[in-house]
Amino acid sequence: MTQLRVFLVDDHAMIRSGVRAELAADPEATLAVVGEAGTVEDAVRGILETTPDVVLLDVHMPDGGGRAVLDQVRGKAPGVRFLALSVSDAAEDVIGVIRGGARGYVTKTISGADLRDAVGRVAAGDAIFSPRLAGFVLDAFAIGPSAVPEDVAEKALDVLSAREREVMRLLARGYTYREIGQQLFISIKTVETHASNVLRKLQVSNRNELTRWAADRRIV
Amino acid sequence: MALAFVGVGVFAYALLWVFLPHSDSVRMDSPTGDGSGSRSAVSRLSLDALRDKPSLAILLIGIGGAALLTQIGPFGEIPVLWPLIIVGIGLALIWRQVDDRNLLSRRNLRWRLAVGALVAVVGLVAVLTTLNLLEVTWQSFVSTLLILGVVGIATAPWWRRLVAERSSERRARIRVEERAEVAAHLHDSVLQTLALIQRHAESPRDVNRLARGQERELRSWLYGRPGEDTATFGGALERAVADIEASYDVRVQSVIVGDAPVQDGLSAVLQATHEAMRNAARHAGVHDVSLYAEVEDNAVTVFVRDRGVGFDPDHIADDRRGVRQSIVERMTRHGGSARITSSPGSGTEVELQLQRESS
Repeated sequence: MTQLRVFLVDDHAMIRSGVRAELAADPEATLAVVGEAGTVEDAVRGILETTPDVVLLDVHMPDGGGRAVLDQVRGKAPGVRFLALSVSDAAEDVIGVIRGGARGYVTKTISGADLRDAVGRVAAGDAIFSPRLAGFVLDAFAIGPSAVPEDVAEKALDVLSAREREVMRLLARGYTYREIGQQLFISIKTVETHASNVLRKLQVSNRNELTRWAADRRIV
Repeated sequence: MALAFVGVGVFAYALLWVFLPHSDSVRMDSPTGDGSGSRSAVSRLSLDALRDKPSLAILLIGIGGAALLTQIGPFGEIPVLWPLIIVGIGLALIWRQVDDRNLLSRRNLRWRLAVGALVAVVGLVAVLTTLNLLEVTWQSFVSTLLILGVVGIATAPWWRRLVAERSSERRARIRVEERAEVAAHLHDSVLQTLALIQRHAESPRDVNRLARGQERELRSWLYGRPGEDTATFGGALERAVADIEASYDVRVQSVIVGDAPVQDGLSAVLQATHEAMRNAARHAGVHDVSLYAEVEDNAVTVFVRDRGVGFDPDHIADDRRGVRQSIVERMTRHGGSARITSSPGSGTEVELQLQRESS
């Protein structure tokens, strides 16, 4: 099995070495750190040079933070996927990096095993929802779509379908994708599809409530 | 002469109105038993009336002052009365705005001030014309303007520096104050905690607990999360979570969607949630507990979940009556429901639900 190539971006060297150690602690050694950067400028150059599979991106950095890296790399390295990693779980940070293109968001208190798992799933194209991010989504898309038929709601950008809402609820309750599948009697693959759809809605929706909700929490 | 006397009287009242404080205490200044009898009564009356209608007062000042002027000096021979009245009206307009500034919108206020100023200037010009002083006034006005202009330009750099210094001083002061506030906060909380952590370095449990508590506090200070406000359901839940994390060696991953003010039923949900978290912290044997609460318009739902040892809900030991009494019965009593899903080895999930009357 080929190794996944990971790039670390964080302005704290201690965090970088900690994450590096956690990724290396994998008994199957599926992850290889191909580079790291402590500034936005270094990160953009390093990512474009090494074109890693996954970038672990710190949200808070001088010179614009993770969002600035996302904005400068966007379009130039299409194969690179981003997973945001931060101590902050303030709404504006979370939604900001997700709308900037990150495929998921985990906090730095995540365990090493969970982090390795998350990196693997992001590389495979899945969306990573921490319970809190799922809660944000439920908050942002708060008004129930009960009047909208299920198949329409799944395609619509600005409402969650009842099924997607159910998946988000279970994620917020701390369930894993596997447990959600068991709970809802659907396959893990279906759960992942729902999660990816919700992530896409979160990224592209112009929904009024989302804008207002974000504005309430000082998100542009 | 009689007219002049009246004029002086009105002028005096007007001055009184201007300088006396705005309160009813003025009434006591004119005792009824006073010898000046009717005049003092009139004074009281007019004072009260004047207080309510400042513009009227200004008008009276104008008329009184004009009447006074017609009686003395060279003004008596010149028909200066009407221009002076016009000036008075203009001043009245301006004063009235200042007096009523709370009642008027700013835009409106500015317009009226402009009109008042215009009327006053027209009146002044009329007065000067009648007195044949217009040309002299104009000349001195222009020369004064010139002098002021030259002086102003000459001292401009100095003024600019003064203004710049003032604003930079202000900025520096604000910065210093902010830094002092941050420093005070960091000292009270973070430094104290770090000192405590060093003293408890041999006990991972205490270090964990201290670090978590400090993290929570710092976070709520930095991001102003609603954790401070216990009047709302979400705030009270955050407080309960903080309490659990401070008392037990667990981390509670809390996700709260929506919010509502705490009412009767909701405080029962809060207490039941607290008990459920306490149970998980004490009996599950794990360090992570998930809390998910969702406040909707018609219902509140709370999930407390752990991946711990679990138990058989049908055989609750006597020492764990907390589950039945504090959670299930409390919820039922308030018209809600509690469901406990658990089996040995697979963790526990407590689901609390309460219907809300849509308000």
